[in-house]
Amino acid sequence: MGAFSEQTPINVITGFLGSGKTTLLKGLLAAPDLSDTAVLINEFGAVGLDHELVQSVAENTLLLDNGCLCCAIRGDLQGALRDLLSQRQSGQVPYFRRVVIETSGLADPAPIAYTLLAEPVLQHHFRLGGIIATVDAVNGGGQLQRFPESVKQVAVADRLIVTKIDLADPVQIATLHTSLRRLNKSASIVEVADGDSQPPTLLTDDMYDVAGREREISQWLAAEVGEDALIHDHADHIHSFALTFHSPLDWTAFGIWMTMLLHSHGDNVLRIKGLLNVAGVPTPVLINGVQHIVHPPSHLPAWPSEARHSRIIFIVRDMDQVTIEASLTAFNKLANPGAAPGQAA
Amino acid sequence: MCALCGVLGGRGHWTESAAAPEAFASRAEAHTRARERQTRTRLVNNVLGHYGLRLGDWSGGSHVLRGPTGRTALVNNLSEMWAAADDLSHQPCDPLDPELLKRLERR
Repeated sequence: MGAFSEQTPINVITGFLGSGKTTLLKGLLAAPDLSDTAVLINEFGAVGLDHELVQSVAENTLLLDNGCLCCAIRGDLQGALRDLLSQRQSGQVPYFRRVVIETSGLADPAPIAYTLLAEPVLQHHFRLGGIIATVDAVNGGGQLQRFPESVKQVAVADRLIVTKIDLADPVQIATLHTSLRRLNKSASIVEVADGDSQPPTLLTDDMYDVAGREREISQWLAAEVGEDALIHDHADHIHSFALTFHSPLDWTAFGIWMTMLLHSHGDNVLRIKGLLNVAGVPTPVLINGVQHIVHPPSHLPAWPSEARHSRIIFIVRDMDQVTIEASLTAFNKLANPGAAPGQAA
Repeated sequence: MCALCGVLGGRGHWTESAAAPEAFASRAEAHTRARERQTRTRLVNNVLGHYGLRLGDWSGGSHVLRGPTGRTALVNNLSEMWAAADDLSHQPCDPLDPELLKRLERR
Protein backbone atom coordinates (compact mmCIF):
# COMPACT_ATOMS: atom_id res chain seq x y z
CA MET A 1 0.00 0.00 0.00
CA GLY A 2 1.44 3.37 -0.97
CA ALA A 3 1.35 6.52 1.11
CA PHE A 4 -2.05 8.15 1.37
CA SER A 5 -0.87 11.03 -0.79
CA GLU A 6 0.04 8.61 -3.62
CA GLN A 7 -3.41 7.03 -3.90
CA THR A 8 -5.90 8.04 -6.59
CA PRO A 9 -7.88 11.01 -5.24
CA ILE A 10 -11.65 11.02 -5.42
CA ASN A 11 -13.46 14.34 -5.42
CA VAL A 12 -17.10 14.55 -4.47
CA ILE A 13 -19.31 17.15 -6.11
CA THR A 14 -22.52 17.46 -4.21
CA GLY A 15 -25.29 20.04 -4.05
CA PHE A 16 -29.04 20.31 -4.04
CA LEU A 17 -31.19 19.49 -7.07
CA GLY A 18 -30.61 22.01 -9.87
CA SER A 19 -27.78 23.81 -8.11
CA GLY A 20 -25.37 23.44 -11.04
CA LYS A 21 -23.25 20.40 -10.19
CA THR A 22 -23.00 19.09 -13.74
CA THR A 23 -22.42 22.53 -15.23
CA LEU A 24 -19.52 23.02 -12.83
CA LEU A 25 -18.13 19.59 -13.62
CA LYS A 26 -18.45 20.11 -17.37
CA GLY A 27 -16.38 23.30 -17.12
CA LEU A 28 -13.73 21.63 -14.99
CA LEU A 29 -13.36 18.61 -17.27
CA ALA A 30 -12.59 20.88 -20.21
CA ALA A 31 -9.21 21.70 -18.61
CA PRO A 32 -6.33 19.63 -20.07
CA ASP A 33 -5.00 19.01 -16.54
CA LEU A 34 -8.17 17.08 -15.70
CA SER A 35 -8.55 15.11 -18.93
CA ASP A 36 -7.41 11.91 -17.15
CA THR A 37 -10.40 11.99 -14.80
CA ALA A 38 -13.02 9.25 -14.46
CA VAL A 39 -16.53 10.41 -13.55
CA LEU A 40 -19.23 8.55 -11.64
CA ILE A 41 -22.67 10.11 -11.74
CA ASN A 42 -25.59 9.12 -9.55
CA GLU A 43 -28.28 10.72 -11.69
CA PHE A 44 -28.16 12.27 -15.11
CA GLY A 45 -29.65 15.75 -15.22
CA ALA A 46 -30.43 18.25 -17.93
CA VAL A 47 -26.78 19.05 -18.66
CA GLY A 48 -24.97 16.42 -20.72
CA LEU A 49 -21.33 15.53 -20.14
CA ASP A 50 -19.19 14.88 -23.18
CA HIS A 51 -16.31 13.12 -21.51
CA GLU A 52 -14.38 9.98 -22.35
CA LEU A 53 -14.99 8.15 -19.12
CA VAL A 54 -18.41 8.73 -17.56
CA GLN A 55 -20.33 5.98 -15.80
CA SER A 56 -23.70 6.03 -14.13
CA VAL A 57 -24.29 4.31 -10.81
CA ALA A 58 -27.56 3.73 -8.95
CA GLU A 59 -27.34 5.09 -5.46
CA ASN A 60 -27.72 2.51 -2.73
CA THR A 61 -26.45 2.34 0.80
CA LEU A 62 -25.70 -0.75 2.86
CA LEU A 63 -26.45 0.04 6.47
CA LEU A 64 -24.13 -1.60 8.93
CA ASP A 65 -25.25 -3.36 12.09
CA ASN A 66 -24.75 -0.29 14.27
CA GLY A 67 -27.30 1.59 12.17
CA CYS A 68 -25.09 4.66 11.96
CA LEU A 69 -26.02 6.50 8.78
CA CYS A 70 -22.62 8.05 8.14
CA CYS A 71 -20.75 4.79 8.70
CA ALA A 72 -22.49 2.99 5.87
CA ILE A 73 -20.88 1.42 2.84
CA ARG A 74 -22.25 2.84 -0.37
CA GLY A 75 -22.74 -0.43 -2.26
CA ASP A 76 -23.02 1.29 -5.61
CA LEU A 77 -19.69 3.05 -5.20
CA GLN A 78 -18.04 -0.05 -3.86
CA GLY A 79 -18.95 -1.93 -7.03
CA ALA A 80 -18.34 0.93 -9.45
CA LEU A 81 -14.93 1.83 -8.03
CA ARG A 82 -13.77 -1.79 -7.88
CA ASP A 83 -14.82 -2.17 -11.52
CA LEU A 84 -13.00 1.00 -12.52
CA LEU A 85 -9.87 -0.16 -10.74
CA SER A 86 -9.98 -3.53 -12.43
CA GLN A 87 -10.62 -1.96 -15.84
CA ARG A 88 -7.74 0.48 -15.37
CA GLN A 89 -5.36 -2.30 -14.45
CA SER A 90 -6.36 -4.41 -17.44
CA GLY A 91 -6.25 -1.46 -19.82
CA GLN A 92 -9.98 -1.68 -20.64
CA VAL A 93 -10.40 2.02 -19.86
CA PRO A 94 -8.00 4.93 -20.40
CA TYR A 95 -5.64 5.37 -17.47
CA PHE A 96 -7.17 7.82 -15.03
CA ARG A 97 -5.42 9.69 -12.20
CA ARG A 98 -8.50 11.11 -10.50
CA VAL A 99 -12.15 10.20 -9.98
CA VAL A 100 -15.03 12.63 -9.56
CA ILE A 101 -18.28 11.43 -8.04
CA GLU A 102 -21.27 13.63 -8.76
CA THR A 103 -23.89 12.77 -6.16
CA SER A 104 -27.62 13.02 -6.47
CA GLY A 105 -29.19 16.21 -5.15
CA LEU A 106 -30.34 14.62 -1.93
CA ALA A 107 -27.22 12.58 -1.16
CA ASP A 108 -25.32 12.63 2.10
CA PRO A 109 -21.58 12.82 1.35
CA ALA A 110 -20.56 11.14 4.66
CA PRO A 111 -21.12 7.51 3.54
CA ILE A 112 -18.93 8.19 0.48
CA ALA A 113 -16.07 9.19 2.79
CA TYR A 114 -16.68 6.09 4.92
CA THR A 115 -16.73 3.79 1.90
CA LEU A 116 -13.34 5.03 0.71
CA LEU A 117 -11.74 4.63 4.11
CA ALA A 118 -13.33 1.41 5.33
CA GLU A 119 -13.84 -0.72 2.24
CA PRO A 120 -11.02 -3.31 2.27
CA VAL A 121 -9.99 -3.00 -1.39
CA LEU A 122 -10.74 0.65 -2.03
CA GLN A 123 -8.79 1.90 1.00
CA HIS A 124 -5.57 0.68 -0.62
CA HIS A 125 -6.10 2.43 -3.94
CA PHE A 126 -8.23 5.53 -3.42
CA ARG A 127 -8.40 8.42 -1.02
CA LEU A 128 -10.90 11.19 -0.51
CA GLY A 129 -9.99 14.48 -2.17
CA GLY A 130 -11.93 17.68 -1.60
CA ILE A 131 -15.71 17.73 -1.21
CA ILE A 132 -17.31 20.47 -3.28
CA ALA A 133 -20.88 21.63 -2.71
CA THR A 134 -22.78 23.80 -5.16
CA VAL A 135 -25.43 26.17 -3.81
CA ASP A 136 -27.87 28.04 -6.03
CA ALA A 137 -27.67 31.80 -5.28
CA VAL A 138 -31.38 32.26 -5.97
CA ASN A 139 -32.90 29.21 -4.27
CA GLY A 140 -30.09 28.10 -1.96
CA GLY A 141 -31.20 30.13 1.07
CA GLY A 142 -34.68 28.62 1.00
CA GLN A 143 -33.32 25.12 0.47
CA LEU A 144 -31.09 25.51 3.54
CA GLN A 145 -34.18 26.46 5.56
CA ARG A 146 -36.32 23.59 4.32
CA PHE A 147 -34.06 20.66 3.54
CA PRO A 148 -31.67 19.10 6.07
CA GLU A 149 -29.94 17.34 3.14
CA SER A 150 -28.84 20.73 1.81
CA VAL A 151 -27.54 21.81 5.23
CA LYS A 152 -25.52 18.61 5.59
CA GLN A 153 -23.99 19.00 2.12
CA VAL A 154 -22.84 22.53 2.96
CA ALA A 155 -21.58 21.57 6.43
CA VAL A 156 -19.25 18.79 5.25
CA ALA A 157 -17.87 20.57 2.16
CA ASP A 158 -14.31 21.82 1.66
CA ARG A 159 -15.44 24.30 -0.99
CA LEU A 160 -18.75 26.02 -1.51
CA ILE A 161 -19.59 27.15 -5.03
CA VAL A 162 -22.39 29.70 -5.13
CA THR A 163 -23.83 29.35 -8.63
CA LYS A 164 -26.08 31.53 -10.79
CA ILE A 165 -25.05 34.79 -9.12
CA ASP A 166 -25.95 36.56 -12.36
CA LEU A 167 -29.59 35.69 -11.60
CA ALA A 168 -29.62 36.76 -7.93
CA ASP A 169 -29.68 40.22 -6.38
CA PRO A 170 -26.83 41.41 -4.16
CA VAL A 171 -28.91 41.15 -0.96
CA GLN A 172 -29.79 37.51 -1.74
CA ILE A 173 -26.13 36.70 -2.32
CA ALA A 174 -24.97 38.47 0.87
CA THR A 175 -27.63 36.73 2.98
CA LEU A 176 -26.70 33.35 1.53
CA HIS A 177 -23.02 34.04 2.16
CA THR A 178 -23.77 34.71 5.83
CA SER A 179 -25.79 31.48 6.14
CA LEU A 180 -23.03 29.46 4.49
CA ARG A 181 -20.37 30.91 6.75
CA ARG A 182 -22.46 30.10 9.84
CA LEU A 183 -22.70 26.50 8.73
CA ASN A 184 -19.14 26.06 7.57
CA LYS A 185 -16.38 28.24 8.83
CA SER A 186 -13.52 26.64 6.95
CA ALA A 187 -14.76 26.16 3.38
CA SER A 188 -13.70 28.66 0.78
CA ILE A 189 -16.70 30.29 -0.91
CA VAL A 190 -16.51 30.90 -4.66
CA GLU A 191 -19.23 32.81 -6.51
CA VAL A 192 -19.80 31.93 -10.15
CA ALA A 193 -22.09 33.20 -12.88
CA ASP A 194 -23.33 31.22 -15.85
CA GLY A 195 -20.42 30.60 -18.20
CA ASP A 196 -17.68 31.14 -15.59
CA SER A 197 -15.09 28.41 -15.60
CA GLN A 198 -13.16 27.29 -12.56
CA PRO A 199 -9.45 26.44 -12.32
CA PRO A 200 -8.42 22.77 -12.03
CA THR A 201 -7.04 23.54 -8.54
CA LEU A 202 -10.65 23.49 -7.37
CA LEU A 203 -10.32 19.71 -7.63
CA THR A 204 -6.60 19.12 -7.33
CA ASP A 205 -5.78 21.05 -4.14
CA ASP A 206 -6.53 19.15 -0.98
CA MET A 207 -5.04 18.21 2.36
CA TYR A 208 -3.20 15.19 0.93
CA ASP A 209 -2.04 16.59 -2.38
CA VAL A 210 1.70 17.22 -2.13
CA ALA A 211 1.64 20.16 -4.53
CA GLY A 212 -1.59 21.76 -3.34
CA ARG A 213 -1.82 21.16 0.39
CA GLU A 214 -0.18 24.45 1.41
CA ARG A 215 -2.60 26.44 -0.77
CA GLU A 216 -5.46 24.39 0.65
CA ILE A 217 -4.51 25.05 4.26
CA SER A 218 -3.93 28.76 3.73
CA GLN A 219 -7.37 28.92 2.09
CA TRP A 220 -9.22 27.41 5.00
CA LEU A 221 -7.23 29.32 7.58
CA ALA A 222 -8.04 32.56 5.73
CA ALA A 223 -11.70 31.60 5.39
CA GLU A 224 -12.27 31.28 9.12
CA VAL A 225 -10.38 34.37 10.31
CA GLY A 226 -12.53 37.31 11.33
CA GLU A 227 -15.88 35.62 10.93
CA ASP A 228 -16.60 34.94 14.60
CA ALA A 229 -19.34 37.54 14.82
CA LEU A 230 -21.42 35.63 12.29
CA ILE A 231 -21.30 32.29 14.02
CA HIS A 232 -24.30 32.24 16.33
CA ASP A 233 -27.63 30.51 16.76
CA HIS A 234 -28.43 29.05 13.40
CA ALA A 235 -31.97 27.83 13.00
CA ASP A 236 -30.77 24.32 12.24
CA HIS A 237 -28.69 24.22 15.43
CA ILE A 238 -25.65 23.60 13.28
CA HIS A 239 -22.83 26.02 13.80
CA SER A 240 -19.13 26.30 13.21
CA PHE A 241 -16.33 27.55 15.43
CA ALA A 242 -12.57 27.41 15.74
CA LEU A 243 -10.50 26.62 18.81
CA THR A 244 -6.92 27.74 19.21
CA PHE A 245 -4.52 25.99 21.57
CA HIS A 246 -1.30 27.79 22.36
CA SER A 247 0.35 24.85 24.14
CA PRO A 248 1.39 21.86 22.03
CA LEU A 249 -1.11 19.01 21.95
CA ASP A 250 -0.08 15.49 22.87
CA TRP A 251 -0.98 13.23 19.93
CA THR A 252 -1.86 10.22 22.10
CA ALA A 253 -4.11 12.25 24.42
CA PHE A 254 -5.70 13.94 21.40
CA GLY A 255 -6.47 10.55 19.83
CA ILE A 256 -8.06 9.31 23.06
CA TRP A 257 -10.17 12.46 23.30
CA MET A 258 -11.28 12.59 19.69
CA THR A 259 -12.19 8.90 19.42
CA MET A 260 -14.23 9.24 22.61
CA LEU A 261 -15.91 12.43 21.34
CA LEU A 262 -16.79 10.86 17.99
CA HIS A 263 -17.98 7.68 19.68
CA SER A 264 -20.44 9.54 21.89
CA HIS A 265 -21.26 12.59 19.73
CA GLY A 266 -20.23 11.63 16.18
CA ASP A 267 -23.75 12.13 14.85
CA ASN A 268 -23.52 15.77 15.88
CA VAL A 269 -19.91 16.42 14.91
CA LEU A 270 -20.36 17.00 11.20
CA ARG A 271 -16.83 18.05 10.40
CA ILE A 272 -13.47 18.58 12.10
CA LYS A 273 -10.46 20.07 10.34
CA GLY A 274 -7.33 21.04 12.13
CA LEU A 275 -3.75 22.19 11.94
CA LEU A 276 -2.09 20.81 15.07
CA ASN A 277 1.08 21.70 16.90
CA VAL A 278 1.86 18.20 18.17
CA ALA A 279 4.36 17.95 21.02
CA GLY A 280 7.69 16.65 19.72
CA VAL A 281 6.77 17.10 16.03
CA PRO A 282 8.28 20.25 14.48
CA THR A 283 5.97 20.32 11.44
CA PRO A 284 2.20 20.90 11.57
CA VAL A 285 -0.03 17.83 11.59
CA LEU A 286 -3.32 18.05 9.69
CA ILE A 287 -6.47 16.24 10.77
CA ASN A 288 -9.63 15.75 8.76
CA GLY A 289 -12.84 14.14 9.97
CA VAL A 290 -16.38 13.78 8.61
CA GLN A 291 -18.74 12.63 11.38
CA HIS A 292 -17.43 9.31 12.77
CA ILE A 293 -14.91 9.03 9.96
CA VAL A 294 -11.35 10.31 10.47
CA HIS A 295 -8.75 10.16 7.75
CA PRO A 296 -5.11 9.39 8.50
CA PRO A 297 -3.31 12.59 9.49
CA SER A 298 -1.31 14.53 6.91
CA HIS A 299 1.28 17.26 7.40
CA LEU A 300 2.73 20.45 5.99
CA PRO A 301 6.48 20.72 5.39
CA ALA A 302 6.58 23.96 7.44
CA TRP A 303 4.34 26.23 9.50
CA PRO A 304 2.44 28.74 7.34
CA SER A 305 3.36 31.60 9.72
CA GLU A 306 5.38 32.39 12.82
CA ALA A 307 2.46 31.42 15.05
CA ARG A 308 2.71 27.73 15.90
CA HIS A 309 -0.72 27.38 17.43
CA SER A 310 -3.07 24.45 17.02
CA ARG A 311 -6.20 25.57 15.19
CA ILE A 312 -9.17 23.23 15.04
CA ILE A 313 -12.40 24.01 13.22
CA PHE A 314 -15.56 22.24 14.35
CA ILE A 315 -18.89 22.11 12.57
CA VAL A 316 -21.36 20.73 15.09
CA ARG A 317 -25.04 20.36 15.83
CA ASP A 318 -26.33 21.36 19.29
CA MET A 319 -22.92 21.24 20.94
CA ASP A 320 -21.27 23.85 23.11
CA GLN A 321 -17.92 25.38 22.16
CA VAL A 322 -16.85 26.10 25.75
CA THR A 323 -17.48 22.51 26.89
CA ILE A 324 -15.57 21.06 23.95
CA GLU A 325 -12.61 23.32 24.63
CA ALA A 326 -12.59 22.49 28.37
CA SER A 327 -12.77 18.79 27.60
CA LEU A 328 -9.88 18.77 25.13
CA THR A 329 -7.80 20.89 27.54
CA ALA A 330 -8.44 18.42 30.37
CA PHE A 331 -7.53 15.41 28.20
CA ASN A 332 -4.35 17.10 26.97
CA LYS A 333 -3.27 17.51 30.57
CA LEU A 334 -3.30 13.72 30.94
CA ALA A 335 0.03 13.74 29.14
CA ASN A 336 1.26 17.08 30.52
CA PRO A 337 -0.17 17.51 34.02
CA GLY A 338 1.56 20.88 34.55
CA ALA A 339 0.81 22.39 31.14
CA ALA A 340 -1.00 25.69 30.79
CA PRO A 341 -4.59 25.37 29.54
CA GLY A 342 -5.43 26.00 25.91
CA GLN A 343 -7.23 29.11 24.87
CA ALA A 344 -10.08 29.27 22.43
CA ALA A 345 -10.22 31.96 19.79
CA MET B 1 -6.43 -8.74 2.24
CA CYS B 2 -6.78 -6.48 -0.76
CA ALA B 3 -7.55 -8.81 -3.66
CA LEU B 4 -5.95 -6.52 -6.20
CA CYS B 5 -2.72 -5.46 -4.57
CA GLY B 6 -2.24 -8.38 -2.19
CA VAL B 7 -1.61 -6.20 0.85
CA LEU B 8 -2.56 -7.99 4.03
CA GLY B 9 -4.74 -6.15 6.52
CA GLY B 10 -5.96 -2.59 6.50
CA ARG B 11 -4.34 0.70 7.26
CA GLY B 12 -3.63 1.22 10.96
CA HIS B 13 -6.04 3.18 13.09
CA TRP B 14 -5.70 6.92 12.52
CA THR B 15 -4.63 7.52 16.14
CA GLU B 16 -1.52 5.36 15.68
CA SER B 17 1.34 7.34 14.22
CA ALA B 18 2.35 4.28 12.17
CA ALA B 19 -0.86 4.81 10.14
CA ALA B 20 0.61 8.02 8.73
CA PRO B 21 4.40 7.90 9.11
CA GLU B 22 4.83 10.93 6.80
CA ALA B 23 2.94 13.14 9.23
CA PHE B 24 5.30 12.33 12.09
CA ALA B 25 8.53 11.90 10.14
CA SER B 26 10.04 15.12 11.50
CA ARG B 27 9.80 13.85 15.08
CA ALA B 28 13.20 14.30 16.71
CA GLU B 29 12.87 11.82 19.58
CA ALA B 30 13.21 8.09 19.00
CA HIS B 31 9.75 6.58 18.78
CA THR B 32 8.60 2.98 18.79
CA ARG B 33 5.19 1.46 18.30
CA ALA B 34 5.53 -0.44 21.59
CA ARG B 35 6.26 2.73 23.52
CA GLU B 36 3.32 4.49 21.91
CA ARG B 37 1.04 1.58 22.92
CA GLN B 38 2.30 1.76 26.50
CA THR B 39 1.72 5.51 26.68
CA ARG B 40 -1.75 5.16 25.16
CA THR B 41 -2.68 2.46 27.64
CA ARG B 42 -1.41 4.50 30.59
CA LEU B 43 -3.24 7.67 29.55
CA VAL B 44 -6.52 6.03 28.66
CA ASN B 45 -6.63 4.19 31.97
CA ASN B 46 -6.90 7.57 33.69
CA VAL B 47 -10.17 8.06 31.83
CA LEU B 48 -11.41 4.47 32.08
CA GLY B 49 -10.94 4.51 35.86
CA HIS B 50 -13.94 6.85 36.06
CA TYR B 51 -16.09 4.00 34.78
CA GLY B 52 -14.44 1.20 36.78
CA LEU B 53 -12.68 -0.13 33.67
CA ARG B 54 -9.07 -0.99 32.95
CA LEU B 55 -7.24 -1.58 29.68
CA GLY B 56 -4.33 -4.00 29.41
CA ASP B 57 -2.06 -5.22 26.65
CA TRP B 58 -2.93 -8.44 24.85
CA SER B 59 0.09 -10.10 23.24
CA GLY B 60 1.42 -6.82 21.85
CA GLY B 61 -1.27 -6.70 19.15
CA SER B 62 -4.67 -6.13 20.71
CA HIS B 63 -5.86 -4.86 24.07
CA VAL B 64 -8.11 -6.41 26.68
CA LEU B 65 -10.64 -4.21 28.42
CA ARG B 66 -11.77 -5.40 31.87
CA GLY B 67 -15.03 -4.32 33.46
CA PRO B 68 -15.82 -3.94 37.16
CA THR B 69 -17.41 -7.40 37.33
CA GLY B 70 -14.55 -9.17 35.57
CA ARG B 71 -16.14 -9.23 32.12
CA THR B 72 -13.61 -8.62 29.38
CA ALA B 73 -13.56 -7.55 25.75
CA LEU B 74 -10.76 -7.74 23.20
CA VAL B 75 -10.32 -4.51 21.26
CA ASN B 76 -8.03 -3.56 18.41
CA ASN B 77 -8.10 0.23 18.59
CA LEU B 78 -9.52 3.16 20.52
CA SER B 79 -12.69 3.40 18.45
CA GLU B 80 -13.55 -0.24 19.23
CA MET B 81 -12.58 0.31 22.85
CA TRP B 82 -15.15 3.06 23.52
CA ALA B 83 -17.97 0.89 22.22
CA ALA B 84 -16.82 -1.94 24.51
CA ALA B 85 -16.44 0.52 27.39
CA ASP B 86 -20.08 1.58 27.07
CA ASP B 87 -21.08 -2.07 27.12
CA LEU B 88 -18.94 -3.16 30.08
CA SER B 89 -19.71 -0.11 32.22
CA HIS B 90 -23.42 0.03 31.30
CA GLN B 91 -23.17 3.77 30.76
CA PRO B 92 -22.19 6.08 27.91
CA CYS B 93 -18.55 7.13 28.06
CA ASP B 94 -18.77 10.83 27.24
CA PRO B 95 -15.72 13.15 27.20
CA LEU B 96 -18.01 16.15 27.81
CA ASP B 97 -19.39 14.68 31.06
CA PRO B 98 -18.69 17.32 33.77
CA GLU B 99 -18.05 14.63 36.40
CA LEU B 100 -15.38 13.02 34.23
CA LEU B 101 -13.75 16.39 33.55
CA LYS B 102 -13.71 17.19 37.29
CA ARG B 103 -11.96 13.89 37.93
CA LEU B 104 -9.36 14.59 35.25
CA GLU B 105 -8.76 18.10 36.60
CA ARG B 106 -8.18 16.71 40.13
CA ARG B 107 -5.40 14.41 38.98
